[in-house]
Amino acid sequence: MDIAYTAEEDAFRAEVRAWLGEVLPALPPAPPPHDWPARRVFDTTWQRTLYDAGYGGLDWPAEYGGRGASPVQQLILLEETERARAPYGVANYVGLKHAGPTIAAEGTPAQKERHLGPILRGDEVWCQGFSEPGAGSDLASLRTRAVRDGDDYVLTGQKIWTSHSLVADFCEILVRTDPDAPKHKGLTWLIMPMDAPGVRLRPLRTIMGSTDFAEMFLDGVRVPVANRVGAENDGWRVAMVTLSFERGTAFTGELVNSMVLVEELARLARKLTRRSGTAWNDAGLRREIGHLAAGYDALWALTLRNVSEAAAGSVPGVGATVFKLRLTELRTTLLELFARLLGRAGLTMSDLDDLGNGYYVEERLRALSLTIAGGTSNIQRNIIAERLLGLPK
Amino acid sequence: MHLLPTPEQRELRSAVRAICESEFPAERLGAEASTLDRGLWRRLGEMGLFALRLPEVDGGVGLGTAEAVLAFEELGRALVPGPLVATHLATPYLPGAATGERLAGIVDLREAPLLVEHHADLDDLLLLDGDRLLRADPAAVPARPVERPLDPWTPVSVAAAPPDGEPVAQGPAVAALRRDGALLTAALQVGIAAAVLDRAVRYVGEREQFGRPVGAFQAVKHAAADMLVRLELARSAVWAAAATCDAPEAGDPDRAVAAAKLLAGEAATKNSLAAVQLHGGMGFAWEVDVHFFLKRSWLHDTCWGDADTHAEALAAAL
Ligand SMILES: Cc1cc2nc3c(=O)[nH]c(=O)nc-3n(C[C@H](O)[C@H](O)[C@H](O)COP(=O)(O)OP(=O)(O)OC[C@H]3O[C@@H](n4cnc5c(N)ncnc54)[C@H](O)[C@@H]3O)c2cc1C
Repeated sequence: MDIAYTAEEDAFRAEVRAWLGEVLPALPPAPPPHDWPARRVFDTTWQRTLYDAGYGGLDWPAEYGGRGASPVQQLILLEETERARAPYGVANYVGLKHAGPTIAAEGTPAQKERHLGPILRGDEVWCQGFSEPGAGSDLASLRTRAVRDGDDYVLTGQKIWTSHSLVADFCEILVRTDPDAPKHKGLTWLIMPMDAPGVRLRPLRTIMGSTDFAEMFLDGVRVPVANRVGAENDGWRVAMVTLSFERGTAFTGELVNSMVLVEELARLARKLTRRSGTAWNDAGLRREIGHLAAGYDALWALTLRNVSEAAAGSVPGVGATVFKLRLTELRTTLLELFARLLGRAGLTMSDLDDLGNGYYVEERLRALSLTIAGGTSNIQRNIIAERLLGLPK
Repeated sequence: MHLLPTPEQRELRSAVRAICESEFPAERLGAEASTLDRGLWRRLGEMGLFALRLPEVDGGVGLGTAEAVLAFEELGRALVPGPLVATHLATPYLPGAATGERLAGIVDLREAPLLVEHHADLDDLLLLDGDRLLRADPAAVPARPVERPLDPWTPVSVAAAPPDGEPVAQGPAVAALRRDGALLTAALQVGIAAAVLDRAVRYVGEREQFGRPVGAFQAVKHAAADMLVRLELARSAVWAAAATCDAPEAGDPDRAVAAAKLLAGEAATKNSLAAVQLHGGMGFAWEVDVHFFLKRSWLHDTCWGDADTHAEALAAAL
């Protein structure tokens, strides 16, 4: 058990830090959250910058254009980029964390050749078409049909909550190929070009006022059979492979960001004046903040455990689900504390004075999505109880 | 960076678990006991549990804090009674503590009322007085045993007046001792959190109501899931704190230990409470051993800084 980084790991951190110090100041300002075309350009340019410096697919195998770096190096990269407030690159997320690794693990040589390089270079943006109006937590009950017709599948149905689909080139889509089989056995995983005729998007507004996701209507969309990843009707297994990539280090940026916010919270409390002294004089508040800090320290420790397990070549055991559940719930607690401090300054997403309230208020809203997206907290608890603790279904 | 037990550390953990299972099996919890089992104590001493972190030149095992928390988690899981933490911390100062020949206790003179655990069994008593550590003869400390201790396995006595003693250490050594005391107690608490989770999962998998195991009901599942979340986060925090104590340049040991004690305390107590609830009426029955774990958790919560103290310390470190 060793918490100190090796000399090589320290050297890698220094290298990343120096590089970030060079490139970040030259970056244009981030576009406004609602301007998705501009965000796509901004995010993919950042991915290209990472790629050119050798950080684009750090943890991807070298044969697919990555560097085959260790999970610890990947952790260091994520930590340093977040601490330096480098762009998050949400438009690259599905490609880098879902579709890319799935194609690398399950795809044909032609699919790998076609997609992996472009994903790493930021040339391709992907979205995820899993959820449907009738299939959320019970994903396997999805009904979008794909009927074989010659060398194509013909897709008809509807997807929903498809994030940044408005600017995506491809969709990893889960469809039903055998309506008569048990629900987990009749699904297939396809690569669907977003410009295929018959794909229609209707933007949906989020509670933040932005259009981060959309409804996706599919009306006779032809997808070549060559775009199938894995066998026909084996899509559930392939999708589980996809979801497993989301675990591990996928939320490290979110965690580091939260740890920085806890420090900001303490600073804000020391600054805000109250009837007597500052908000920090309130012992109850201080203890809550101390509690929060402990929670995040433990999540960081769990991340180190998960990364160590990954480095030792094993699948994170208890780590991933426990981490997602706790991280997302603690984020809500964190932002509620900000709101308590801000009082009525929390009524606007525009900055007042130098409080930084705009960001905190936006994050307070965004935090609500984290315990829903990627499997709700209840579903995470079901998974923990049934798969980790072995309780009866 | 590798925050997992090494093969040697896993071996040590298994060895401690094995000795706990053979020397202090769960069936013994239900038996009446007020005096300590000296034989068990000596066996723990022979295993090197007390001298684990004492340097080899001083006759110790020369291992680190990481090994100590793994061992103490097992002692907590088995709910081994006695002044384990105190005796472990006393080894540099009290000959005979390392081998398990002598039992040592510790009290913090700031506490009021001043309760001494296991007073009648102690050979030595250490006194924490601010940043000084004193040694006293327990026989010379007048103390009256309480009639109904909360934890049946931890007799406590009320000391009449603050005892006096001869100084044995001060300054940074005492600060480190306080920190180690908190961390080793946190490790015991992690063991408790794990033990009651095991018991709860076993019970709800067997007990049937409405024609199915109660563990199939989602409210029950989610309560159990929350127990696992608390356990694993506390365990992670304890491991990180131990590793930070062993490599202090890599972090802030005080902050890491405060987080560990806070979360491990919460895990032990909340998991024990949940385990009582999940056992239904059985949870309130003496014959089911879950209440022993709850009572020990409540005791540990009051030792080496309570939750509020550590939360304040964490806030101050921000
Ligand atoms: C911001 C955001 C982005 C998203 N992006 C995408 C995307 O890009 N692609 C995509 O495919 N999907 C996306 N989703 C969809 C997301 O995966 C689903 O919203 C999520 O899985 C929940 O499904 P649902 O919305 O149908 O809720 P439901 O399943 O209808 O759940 C409603 C409530 O019932 C509870 N519930 C349901 N089943 C159970 C059960 N068995 N036990 C206990 N409680 C239960 C849930 O916890 C929840 O509280 C996104 C969602 C959000 C919020």
